[in-house]
Amino acid sequence: MITWQKLARLTLEHLTLSLSAVLLAIAVAVPAGILLSRSRRLADPVITVVGLFQTLPAIALLAFMIPLMGIGTKPALTALFLYALLPILSNTCKGLLGVDPSVKEAARGMGMTPLQMLLTVELPLAFRVIMSGIRTSTVLIIGWATLGAYVGAGGLGEPIVSGYAMVSPKLILAGGVPVTLMALLADFLLGRLERKVTPRGLQV
Amino acid sequence: MELMQELATYVSAHWPRLLGLTVQHLKLALTAVFYGVLVGVPIGYVISRYRKLAEPVLWVANALQTIPALALIGFVMLFLGLSPATGIFCLFVYTLMPIIRSTHTAIISLDPALIEAAEGMGMTRWQILRIVQLPLALAVMMVGIRLAVVMSIGTASIMSLGGAGGLGSEIFAGIDRVQDKMILAGALPAALLAIFADLGMGALERWLTPRGLRQA
Repeated sequence: MITWQKLARLTLEHLTLSLSAVLLAIAVAVPAGILLSRSRRLADPVITVVGLFQTLPAIALLAFMIPLMGIGTKPALTALFLYALLPILSNTCKGLLGVDPSVKEAARGMGMTPLQMLLTVELPLAFRVIMSGIRTSTVLIIGWATLGAYVGAGGLGEPIVSGYAMVSPKLILAGGVPVTLMALLADFLLGRLERKVTPRGLQV
Repeated sequence: MELMQELATYVSAHWPRLLGLTVQHLKLALTAVFYGVLVGVPIGYVISRYRKLAEPVLWVANALQTIPALALIGFVMLFLGLSPATGIFCLFVYTLMPIIRSTHTAIISLDPALIEAAEGMGMTRWQILRIVQLPLALAVMMVGIRLAVVMSIGTASIMSLGGAGGLGSEIFAGIDRVQDKMILAGALPAALLAIFADLGMGALERWLTPRGLRQA
């Protein structure tokens, strides 16, 4: 029914699609979150608007992309990227805004420039919260990337989707089991990393 | 633009069916949340009393949450078959994590002095739960329930694969037949439903916050 080679190829495709979406989202959301955290007044409305994307059902967001971009990897990547933005953006903002003001004042008192403060004080202290946003996004995206098969983006959704079409539980499991393992593994590894990047003084 | 016109014609011709799907969709999501509250709130309360249980229970709920929806439908279908029960059960599984966690957080973050005051007034454990803990914890618990509602409405869109119907059937029919207007006719109401539910639950959350805890 489905060969190991095919399964390996689909797993690799799935991983590539998910990781590209998350990496793109990190590249956009972390700097944007840093900028937003400089102004609380700007942060709230922007996070609300990005939050609207998150309330869109994933399949709807993906389906919206078909009329706009056709089928293939591009519409899937775009939809997943949009979906991954919010947890990272809001956590970057939350993490930075949550840094104890007295710590920032101490840094300023030591004569640090705003950039030095950001790089050596604020970001390290906020890193755990940011990482937890990245973890949420990654797990979410690995799951929703299965829907990419509906727009022709391949990945482990492919056997699942044909499984539903042909009412073949075997095919559904052939895609479903590896994708579940991938999500669990990502959650576990990023959870470990999250603890590892926590500054020693903040560890409990 | 042309697509919008097509969509309008399509919706005006099919609105009774679309409305039926929307109602089915909402019912599916809310039934799942109902069971989620029924099961999740007591679990959240118990693990806030017996703290040793908290870590393993939250770990399991988190692992369940991690299972991709498209795969979970398949697993559950093996047992419950192609039926609305499959959809409700899958959504129920996803509501557990936010509800258990917010209930747990809500109860453990209550000021212990308040409980002590209530004990000092001679309240029984049940009275303390009903008169003191629950009202104060409600606002925080609502955050989790709100998340569960919005997530359920969103995820319900793919439960038609498990035989639960809802707006997903329109979206998937549109994808199969390459009919953009059908995709939109299913996706737009689903998105609006999620947005309005989020706003509605937000209002409820504020309304349920005891006056003394409201921020100006």
